[in-house]
Amino acid sequence: MKLKINGKEHDVAVPEEMPLLWVLRDVVGLTGTKFGCGMAQCGACTVHLDGKAVRSCVLPVSAVGKRAITTIEGLSPDGQHPVQRAWVEEDVVQCGYCQPGQIMAAAALLAAKPHPTDADIDAAMSANLCRCGTYLRIRAAVKRAAELGGKRT
Amino acid sequence: MNVSRRQFIQTSAGLVVGLYIAPRAARLMAAPGAKLPSPNAFLRIAPDETVTVLLAHSEMGQGIWTTLPMLVAEELGCDWSKMRVEHAPAAPVYAHTAFGMQMTGGSSSSYSEFDRYRQIGAAAREMLIQAAAAEWKVDPSTCRTENGFVVSGGKKLSFGRLAEAAQKLDTPAEVKLKDPKDWKVLGKPTKRLDSPEKVAGKAQFGMDVRLPGMLTAVVARSPVFGGKVKSFRADKAKAMPGVKEVVQVPSGVAVLADHFWAAKLGRDALEIDWELGAGAELDDERLRGELRDLSGKPGAKAAVAGDVDAALRGAAKTLGADYEFPYLAHAPMEPLNCTVQIGPEGCEIWTGTQFQTMDQGVAGRILGLAAPKVKIHTMFLGGGFGRRATPTSDFVSEAVQVAKAGGGGAPVKVVWTREDDIRGGYYRSMWQHKIKVGLGKDGMPVAWRQTIAGQSILEGTPFAAIMVKEGVDATSVEGAADSPYVLATPARLVDLHSPKKVIPVLWWRSVGNTHTAYVAETFIDELAQAAGQDPVEYRRRLLKSAPRHLGVLNLVAEKSGWGKPLPEGRFRGVAVHASFESFMAEVAEVSMAKGKLRVHKVTAAVDCGICMNPAGVRAQIESSIAFGLSAALYGRITFKDGRVQQSNFHDYPILRMNEMPDVDVHIVPSKDKSGGIGEVGVPPLAPAVANALFAATGKRHRRLPFELT
Repeated sequence: MKLKINGKEHDVAVPEEMPLLWVLRDVVGLTGTKFGCGMAQCGACTVHLDGKAVRSCVLPVSAVGKRAITTIEGLSPDGQHPVQRAWVEEDVVQCGYCQPGQIMAAAALLAAKPHPTDADIDAAMSANLCRCGTYLRIRAAVKRAAELGGKRT
Repeated sequence: MNVSRRQFIQTSAGLVVGLYIAPRAARLMAAPGAKLPSPNAFLRIAPDETVTVLLAHSEMGQGIWTTLPMLVAEELGCDWSKMRVEHAPAAPVYAHTAFGMQMTGGSSSSYSEFDRYRQIGAAAREMLIQAAAAEWKVDPSTCRTENGFVVSGGKKLSFGRLAEAAQKLDTPAEVKLKDPKDWKVLGKPTKRLDSPEKVAGKAQFGMDVRLPGMLTAVVARSPVFGGKVKSFRADKAKAMPGVKEVVQVPSGVAVLADHFWAAKLGRDALEIDWELGAGAELDDERLRGELRDLSGKPGAKAAVAGDVDAALRGAAKTLGADYEFPYLAHAPMEPLNCTVQIGPEGCEIWTGTQFQTMDQGVAGRILGLAAPKVKIHTMFLGGGFGRRATPTSDFVSEAVQVAKAGGGGAPVKVVWTREDDIRGGYYRSMWQHKIKVGLGKDGMPVAWRQTIAGQSILEGTPFAAIMVKEGVDATSVEGAADSPYVLATPARLVDLHSPKKVIPVLWWRSVGNTHTAYVAETFIDELAQAAGQDPVEYRRRLLKSAPRHLGVLNLVAEKSGWGKPLPEGRFRGVAVHASFESFMAEVAEVSMAKGKLRVHKVTAAVDCGICMNPAGVRAQIESSIAFGLSAALYGRITFKDGRVQQSNFHDYPILRMNEMPDVDVHIVPSKDKSGGIGEVGVPPLAPAVANALFAATGKRHRRLPFELT
């Protein structure tokens, strides 16, 4: 099966029903995308398909088709995507395990809505759990990323 | 310091393991004449100018990846941008300064290392200065360090250039630490050093370990606690593509496969006949009933003064209440996992653990290896909250058993699913309290009787000999037996029942304070109401001899606008509680609409003594508020026919972003010794919200999670 991940073609021999998450982590070796619940409850496994946020833990790899997969490793070449910069500037992370998923969810939100309101942020981000409770700083960082993104373009 | 808590326990294997941190843990004090730690074990300065600090504790979100390097940097005078951090290997030199084993817990990492890591920085500074002074042939007293250089007059040499010569020198016999008024790093809000790798997805958690030839295992464990495998059939499991091997281990049956997905499908395809045992009888209603009965009977005495029965009879007014708390799972975002490779030379373990020394001993006993032959690679922890510090090393010992039984010497990573994690035990125990308080004519308590019932964490562990005294596990009664309200009441009795159950229990962020603070702080609110007094004013009168409690209470009252009008439909509640040597008060602002509770804002005041990193302190308090609110709103593990009824985040919910209150943190400036900060914010949250709920609805909530409809 051919997959386009972070701009690169990968040929993987895996069962069709295997969730994309485990193809990424255990077969391709991209471990930045995290396993949290296995049933689309926590968002730790969030990746982009053609720029849209999806839960890779419940997505059979065969359903990906020709869509381009972007993981946290491919969000930016150097960790300098506006969302990643904002996350560092707002000192968001604690244990950090959920943060790749949070960042991918935020990046997809900002791509669709460059200047989200609090309600937009709640709607897009409340499906991503953080057991450390970094939510206030996540909110601040989404807003900062909106500013940084605006400046860059 | 309390010497009895520093005793070492000799295990059967001859390993020295330390012991659990008492809630009132003694502080680190540099013993007079003690040798300074050698900087070489804790610090590496490389020719490229990077300064690498080795952490004796595990980073699990609490921020010591930043705070311990700050302690070093303050004394060393290095360039902060060149600071690198690594988890130390498991070795005796990294033992906790107060508890004698390598571990992370009890909110103690920062304050227990406050002297040691500064001494390490200062010793390295002196060695670099000596090396430079020798090269320049000047008096070392003319030299100082600055931003990664040793400087003397117009001369300067970089740390990287001096490192090789410096590390050959003897560690100085003593060093002078900076006066806090000269601090440039400590006390300043400092951003986390682990952010860049964590936001890039490069940080390596235990779950992310990948080794050549590695197999992934998923284990079928008994559906009820204490059950054993009677027999099993693995034909279907072995027929799954990718499944390599099926082995029986003490905890169940493990399926080893090329990757997690195959191992999980294989595990689910196993046919196992279980010998369930008495655990199959566990039932929530029955468990609650047993605790209710026990809390009506006299227990082991934890705090006693005067004749409490006589004082209750003579009181102008008496009030009583019963409280109930459920079992709780820690549910860290990273499910439990552990990778083990057993080779001819020994064993290597890669995992996120809070208990390295324990894990080393347990693995060594299983394999017949001396502790140094068990090499532990501590990975980032995707949350711990106590779950990754088990006295039995449950998830490590199981992984060692799996790698011993299968894999043929290949590295084996045991991965728990979320369901395995939620149902895997080591819960905060179920608790019940029965409380009766008598008030004098002035409305103040004259008699306080409180009976507590719930499982002991320490009973049955190697720590019991020291930490369980006359039937009282100190972690069961912390926050009650030592409550300033209780101690201010002339006649008092706090007693304890510790029924034994097959359900494994464990410390859960703030341990005993999770229930004792709720009872104390909601019942004090009831007493204030009975006395016709304002809840803050009533607490002030009771806390006259507790100046640091009073300090945070007064600060939170001021900052929250206590007593000032609120918008229509908003209500406030307050709570104050000390734990882990720090003092915390919180005011919650809530509204109720259509049976739905909304916590809009929490104002928090903390006195944690010297505050090393205010940014880290604020983060931990926000974090504690989210953690405490999750439990108050939703947290509940229940049993039916021995089975845990919850399984994942849909039926064991944790707080989501749209439910997160605004948090306003105020830190009391202090020169007192530092206390802990990772847990102290949790205990006051639920009672503050409960008291606000009472203000909103007139209903007292004596059972958690809140029943709102």
